[in-house]
Amino acid sequence: MKRLRWNLAAALLLNGASLLAQTAAPEVKVGSKSFTEGVILGEVVTQLARSSGVAALHRRELGGTQVLWNALRRGEIDVYPEYTGTLRQEILAGRSIPDDEALRQALAEQGVRMSRPLGFNDTYALGMKEQVAEQWGIRTISDLRRRPELKFGFSSEFMDRGDGWPALRDRYRLPQRDVRGLDHDLAYRGLDSGAIDVTDLYSTDAEIRYYRLRVLDDDLRHFPAYDAVLLYRADLPERAPQAVAAMLRLEGRVTAAAMIEMNARVKLDRVPETRVAADFLGTNFGLSTAAKEESARDRFFQNTRAHLTLVAISLTAAILFAVPLGVWAAKRPRAGHAILAIVGIIQTIPSLALLVFMIPLLGIGNAPAIVALFLYSLLPIVRNTYAGLHDIPLSVRESAAALGLPAGASLRLVELPMASRAILAGIKTSAVINVGTATLGALVGAGGYGQPIFTGIRLDDVGLILQGAVPAALLALLVQGLFELFERLLVPKGLRLKPAA
Amino acid sequence: MLELNGVSKTYGDASVVERTDLTIPAGRTTVLLGPSGCGKSTLLRLMIGLIRPDTGTVLLNDTELTSENALAMRRRIGYVIQEGGLFPHLTAEGNITLMARYLGWNEQVVGQRIAELADLTQFPRDGLRRFPAELSGGQRQRVALMRALALDPDVILLDEPLGALDPMIRAELQTDLRNIFRWLGKTVVMVTHDISEAGFFGDSIVLLRQGRIVQQGTLRELVASPADPFVTQFINAQRSPLETLRGNFE
Ligand SMILES: Nc1ncnc2c1ncn2[C@@H]1O[C@H](COP(=O)(O)OP(=O)(O)OP(=O)(O)O)[C@@H](O)[C@H]1O
Ligand SMILES: [Mg+2]
Repeated sequence: MKRLRWNLAAALLLNGASLLAQTAAPEVKVGSKSFTEGVILGEVVTQLARSSGVAALHRRELGGTQVLWNALRRGEIDVYPEYTGTLRQEILAGRSIPDDEALRQALAEQGVRMSRPLGFNDTYALGMKEQVAEQWGIRTISDLRRRPELKFGFSSEFMDRGDGWPALRDRYRLPQRDVRGLDHDLAYRGLDSGAIDVTDLYSTDAEIRYYRLRVLDDDLRHFPAYDAVLLYRADLPERAPQAVAAMLRLEGRVTAAAMIEMNARVKLDRVPETRVAADFLGTNFGLSTAAKEESARDRFFQNTRAHLTLVAISLTAAILFAVPLGVWAAKRPRAGHAILAIVGIIQTIPSLALLVFMIPLLGIGNAPAIVALFLYSLLPIVRNTYAGLHDIPLSVRESAAALGLPAGASLRLVELPMASRAILAGIKTSAVINVGTATLGALVGAGGYGQPIFTGIRLDDVGLILQGAVPAALLALLVQGLFELFERLLVPKGLRLKPAA
Repeated sequence: MLELNGVSKTYGDASVVERTDLTIPAGRTTVLLGPSGCGKSTLLRLMIGLIRPDTGTVLLNDTELTSENALAMRRRIGYVIQEGGLFPHLTAEGNITLMARYLGWNEQVVGQRIAELADLTQFPRDGLRRFPAELSGGQRQRVALMRALALDPDVILLDEPLGALDPMIRAELQTDLRNIFRWLGKTVVMVTHDISEAGFFGDSIVLLRQGRIVQQGTLRELVASPADPFVTQFINAQRSPLETLRGNFE
């Protein structure tokens, strides 16, 4: 009996310890941009780090370059996959960086280290059907000079870019005259049907495999290099040396063909990134990394919880702040104009810009999303509170004052109840906007219904988009219904009556 | 007793009340009479301290009205305006008892007071639970009067309390109001621009024109010995129905 109890205690202790280990902060936080290749590489890096016995977390699909770069600088992530060309063009634009060594130097000044190239260069390239290229014996862009009759079809972006078609033509002195701009998807189909022979693409596009394309060698080095690398914090090697060593095993090991294959499996075959990454590591490193996949149900509950958290916190804070602000605006006309103007201006900032603007201040995750949603929720509440109080007839306000009610009591007993309908309507508007805008939270790592929407957009998967869009729409309707119920409960009956003739 | 000494009020550069001295005798009904825009409502607002005079003083029973004592003084004055100014979100009873409840009167006393007021104004008991939107115009004015009387004030100010009512209800309420005022024996100041209503209520009539007092006296005095041609002009401007008939026959 006694022994049993000891065993139980020991078991509980052990369990507790393993629980603690599970919930302890991960030692390595991997980030990835919101596009397929980035997510796959992020997953590969995460699984490699884990294989070295380190607890690693993958914060996937965090948004664009600026988001990831800032998160890395602030230490909210430790490592993420990046491209040398992007670093030159976006992060260190305006500085002269002759080679990768100079780039490494410039990054080091900011406390960031860069791995050696992973092995593939994801840049603009020209592609042709393998069969056609073989037939004309074309391997490089220079080879195209020999075939003036070939028909070119380029995306409109490529037609306009500084390093796009005009510059390429001049550089290689290409003689082709049949060149037209068209949509990228149409260009692939045009290649397939023979309507065009050559198009622009990214050198690791999934479609390269699907349409069996040959990527022509940029033999004159016209296109800037976009070599894939890992960026990591300078303090990471001290904190997690094994993890860094494991991650750096990727250097020079990811070929363009392997990347195309992985992109194609995710985008075209709809295989989850975790599985694709695990298979890659299995084939190339002999690692068996158990790819833990969540069920759709788990994901749905997780997204719902994240979404509700964002909405509940930001809306509650907005109500607590905006109603007094609206009262203040109504009571002090001069301050009132300023308040309404400022809150109005906040509303005109594009939501995406506001979110990105928050990142240097608040990092990634819930905080920037909640603050942005809070700011967006202010205007309808402030304005309706102001209008509700402002519209109270003078005769009523005078009657309250004439009774000898102090200002505070008049506000509480007369003015706020009379404005309650307008205030609630403002809150309702805010809540509905909030539920919709909260989907953008996924871009800064706050999760929510935006997660499946953005993943769906990335993978061109309508089903996945609907998994986020439908619950978000239903939630908006639910919130609307809820506030209509509140209106019945909270707006005094006397205000809902039509005056007797 | 309510006293105004050298009171003036301007809005921008419009002088609305000019150096006015006025004594309202206690226990009687004084009517402020005059054309639209002459400053009647402004005088009432000055008396209850809703606005402060630019110069001069207002005294209630020899105490000067200041911004410090305004709240306390207002509780000794009842105020009724055209359309009642009732709180739409409260029932008739809620309107009447708002102040008493705020001051923490005990429920039994509050209940008693409502009963007294409803009897006094002949207001149906079941109407007490209705909202202003569910009451007729005449009933709303009775509720406004009950609300003004709830704390048993020394003075009652009424700003065209019957202005929005149809003639039948108006006549009925005029009689009721006069009886109530006589019965309570309170100091009453009432604004109207109807000469016959002024004569009906007023122990004393104060005729105003552009922010100045033209004459103060009974209707008889105003008719018999006008202080200014304006007095006769103002009185004659309002025809009785009989006069109109006579005019048609001529
Ligand atoms: N808050 C204010 N701001 C500016 N002007 C005002 C204000 N209140 C009143 N006035 C002006 O003062 C003058 C007197 O107004 P008041 O309301 O006292 O007139 P009244 O005699 O009650 O008129 P009525 O019989 O039409 O009610 C009017 O010309 C009015 O426009
Ligand atoms: Mg008036």
